[in-house]
Amino acid sequence: MDKKILENLAAKLRLDTLVAINKAGSGHTGSCMSCMDILVALYFGDVNGQKIMEFNPKKPRWDGRDYFVLSKGHAVPALYSVLSEWGFFDRSEMKYLRQVGCLLQGYPNIKVPGIEVTIGSVGQGLSVGVGLAMAIKADHEDRNVFVLMGDGELQEGQCWEAFMAAAHFRLDNLVVIIDQNKLQLDGACGAVMNVSPIADKLESFGWKVIPAVSGHDIEEMVYAIDKAKNIARQPVVILAPTVEGKGIPFAENKSSYHGVPLSDAELEEVKKELGLSKLVN
Amino acid sequence: MEKISTLMAFSESLLEIGAKYRNVIVIDAGLASLMKTSRFATEFGDRYFNLGMAENNMVGVATGMALKSKIPFACSFAVFSSGKSWEQIRNNIAYPNLNVKIIGSHAGLMAGKDGVVHQALEDIGLMKMIPNMKVFCPADYFETKAVMKYMCEDFGPCYLRLSKNSVPLFYDDGYKFKAGRGHIVKDGKDATIFSTGSILNEVLLAVEMLEKSGLSIRVCNMCSVKPIDSALVLESAKKTKNLFSVEDHQVEGGLGSAIADVLATECWMCSLKKIGMNKFAESGSGYDLYRKYGLDSNGIFKEVKSRI
Repeated sequence: MDKKILENLAAKLRLDTLVAINKAGSGHTGSCMSCMDILVALYFGDVNGQKIMEFNPKKPRWDGRDYFVLSKGHAVPALYSVLSEWGFFDRSEMKYLRQVGCLLQGYPNIKVPGIEVTIGSVGQGLSVGVGLAMAIKADHEDRNVFVLMGDGELQEGQCWEAFMAAAHFRLDNLVVIIDQNKLQLDGACGAVMNVSPIADKLESFGWKVIPAVSGHDIEEMVYAIDKAKNIARQPVVILAPTVEGKGIPFAENKSSYHGVPLSDAELEEVKKELGLSKLVN
Repeated sequence: MEKISTLMAFSESLLEIGAKYRNVIVIDAGLASLMKTSRFATEFGDRYFNLGMAENNMVGVATGMALKSKIPFACSFAVFSSGKSWEQIRNNIAYPNLNVKIIGSHAGLMAGKDGVVHQALEDIGLMKMIPNMKVFCPADYFETKAVMKYMCEDFGPCYLRLSKNSVPLFYDDGYKFKAGRGHIVKDGKDATIFSTGSILNEVLLAVEMLEKSGLSIRVCNMCSVKPIDSALVLESAKKTKNLFSVEDHQVEGGLGSAIADVLATECWMCSLKKIGMNKFAESGSGYDLYRKYGLDSNGIFKEVKSRI
């Protein structure tokens, strides 16, 4: 794993995502930016040559794969960028995001190669991850389920039903990563409806909590996920502090960029900022 | 006469399909003792899970299991399994057409003394509106068993509506069920009564009285509310003119509405009286409520008699 290569890749995928959302005319810019480094760690990270997550772009339904559930489904353009980079589908599909007749719907849909779960509102993904992890255990298979959640999402009661169930069934094949960008559509999570202290709550629910320093440190994320995979007899959650809008200086930590595309002018500015204008056509 | 509830038939049937289909999984939401799933749990402990009183999570877990090629039966009272997790059923299950079976028991006024909050009278409508979702409401022991067999052989989401009250056996072991196919329980020429679920017992008692008064009544059991047997509806409309629907459900969005849709779509003019609920009820025994709200045999008799 070359840290620099992954960081450059994350910057490129950020731009791919922003271009797609801009072209679509709607989408969740800030939320996609906050979780991009976590996605890169999951899909491109390795430890001593061993991939963090098992998958095969040529055989998306390969029965040896690990499962990835994007519970904060509004960030799916970021995942589309990752999947298209791997060749799960043709990258030209990104141009038609959210358009009539397109493959890439506004929220995760299992018709898209590489997408495992159809997700509606936030708060649903962990329950599905619990079901997958239980089914894997019932089949005595050695596969993992990774679920990426947002912190605002934890306001949904269903998450806590699922946290309770995962600990009850000792699902040590389940790893949750919480993208703690601390913002939601209506403003700061703490002001809208405080979800803190997340670590204390999850520990008391019977989860092993791994607090990370930064969800934007890809190397740290890779090692945290690798550690989480090897913890036995309980589910593990990685708390990954992030910045909403990360990589777009004028949009960082601003809830006003949570659910809107960048304008054409803003996009040009970001291209210059990231120094990647040559990569975009 | 032997009587048994469709809920008990479901319980027995689970044992049979559990033995036949290794990927059948039963999930409860803290009502296992009332859902009569304990025998399956004892027999197939590694394929049974109680998720506690958390219906949304139960539906999510069922989704995950279906994504890994299981056939999960997610069980709760009809008012909860259809209503509490509606968005999860719509978005996570029906939209991607996953093979999840939603079970709703203690449906209708027959839920009885717990009162309005436990009497699911809107569940057929809630489930029927969702694309890809099929809705079955069996009338007796043998029909429930036939439906369960069909559900395992059919791929896709469906909603099975069950009642806890014991009713006589109308069918036998040879009965075959198919989605979208109604069944003529008895033929007649003056009117057709369409019925769904265990209330068929009250309908047949009412028909006995109607025939004694000189009328000839066709009775159609419409277990498959969605898809509905349009051909049988139209054929009955042409043959008998006067149509009635009887259901332990609100008249809006249930069997009667499905029949009205068929008639309107085909521009077929005839009279259709929808017998069911159009309000919330109250606490009371199921049969007392049937009497009060005109869903017992006497109430059905009077309503039909007054219109032909």
